Amino acid sequence: MIEIFEKIIGKNGLVFAFLFVGFIMLLSFWLSKYITNKRIPGVAIAVIIGLSLAFLGDEKGISDITIFSGMALLGGSMLRDFAVVATAMGADINKIKSAGLAGAVSLFVGVFFSFFLGVLIAYFMGYTDAESIATIGAGACTYIVGPVTGTALGVSSDIIAISVATGVVKTIVATIGTPLIAKSIGLNNPHSAVVFGGLIGTTSGVTAGLAATDPKLVPYGALTATFYTGLGCLLCPSLFYFILKLIF
Amino acid sequence: MKIYGVALLALCFLTGKVLGNLLGKLIGINSDVGGVGFAMLLLIVANAFMKKKGWMETATTNGILFWSSMYIPIIVAMAATLNVKAAVSGGLVALVVGVIVTLVAFYLVPLIAKIGQKEPLNSPEK
Repeated sequence: MIEIFEKIIGKNGLVFAFLFVGFIMLLSFWLSKYITNKRIPGVAIAVIIGLSLAFLGDEKGISDITIFSGMALLGGSMLRDFAVVATAMGADINKIKSAGLAGAVSLFVGVFFSFFLGVLIAYFMGYTDAESIATIGAGACTYIVGPVTGTALGVSSDIIAISVATGVVKTIVATIGTPLIAKSIGLNNPHSAVVFGGLIGTTSGVTAGLAATDPKLVPYGALTATFYTGLGCLLCPSLFYFILKLIF
Repeated sequence: MKIYGVALLALCFLTGKVLGNLLGKLIGINSDVGGVGFAMLLLIVANAFMKKKGWMETATTNGILFWSSMYIPIIVAMAATLNVKAAVSGGLVALVVGVIVTLVAFYLVPLIAKIGQKEPLNSPEK
């Protein structure tokens, strides 16, 4: 009996993932409504349940467990990006236009600031060579910029692992922190969502955080965040590393 | 038909990805720079154009809106497949840098948003 069950799920991983995530959503919205009296949004609870489930696995979270392998496809970058693009249907082109300049500024400030703040903290925590601190600083941009920079600069794999971990921590903090902090930073309109996307930059963290705050803001944040990783990959191993090299 | 909407979304998605990769190549990094952003802009423009022409039927729109509404479940699945163990075991540095950088970035939002918001005030005519 269990064998048949496992075989069916193994062959239909994505379909099982639909069922499983549907169940998580149902549970989360129920908890939100009846336990927290809607004070914590259902989406936020669902994301936190998701993150906790990720502890059951290793590198690929819960999808490391065979019957949940379909979660990797459902939560993978292909469907994620496809759905993010679809959210553009709800975006207002005029609002994007008027936030264009602020969005561009926020991208450069976001990458610059994340990198150098990361560098500074890494330096004070005992890392002194320019390559290592540049890699950790790049990881403070996103978990993709970190390894790209580290590989380009030829640092050891444990430093690369730290940079990836830094980026993942950022994603998680953005995911959980955004709905909590949104009010105090005026994150309640498309304009500030565009800026938010450019400053935080981790597409997954930005979109998950905004989804938990107000799903209407997702397309605006996603629009700028999607340029962030590319900009980081461009600046961190080149110009920024060069600046560091002048100092150290 | 709904598939027209899904196909339009796929067209914008793939075209955006191509543009993103071309831009990446142009600036010398072999990755996607803003592909999703280009795709979103394409979809917005295509939607506006087709609406004007009267080609955008409700069923077509619904094909796109379905994927838009799948976004949150997908994010939940993504959260469940993150390498959270690495985030925790990456040591104190990863934790401290990740938390501080993100928190400070949060508080830069109102600052930069202010700079931009002068824009529509200076040029109110659209």
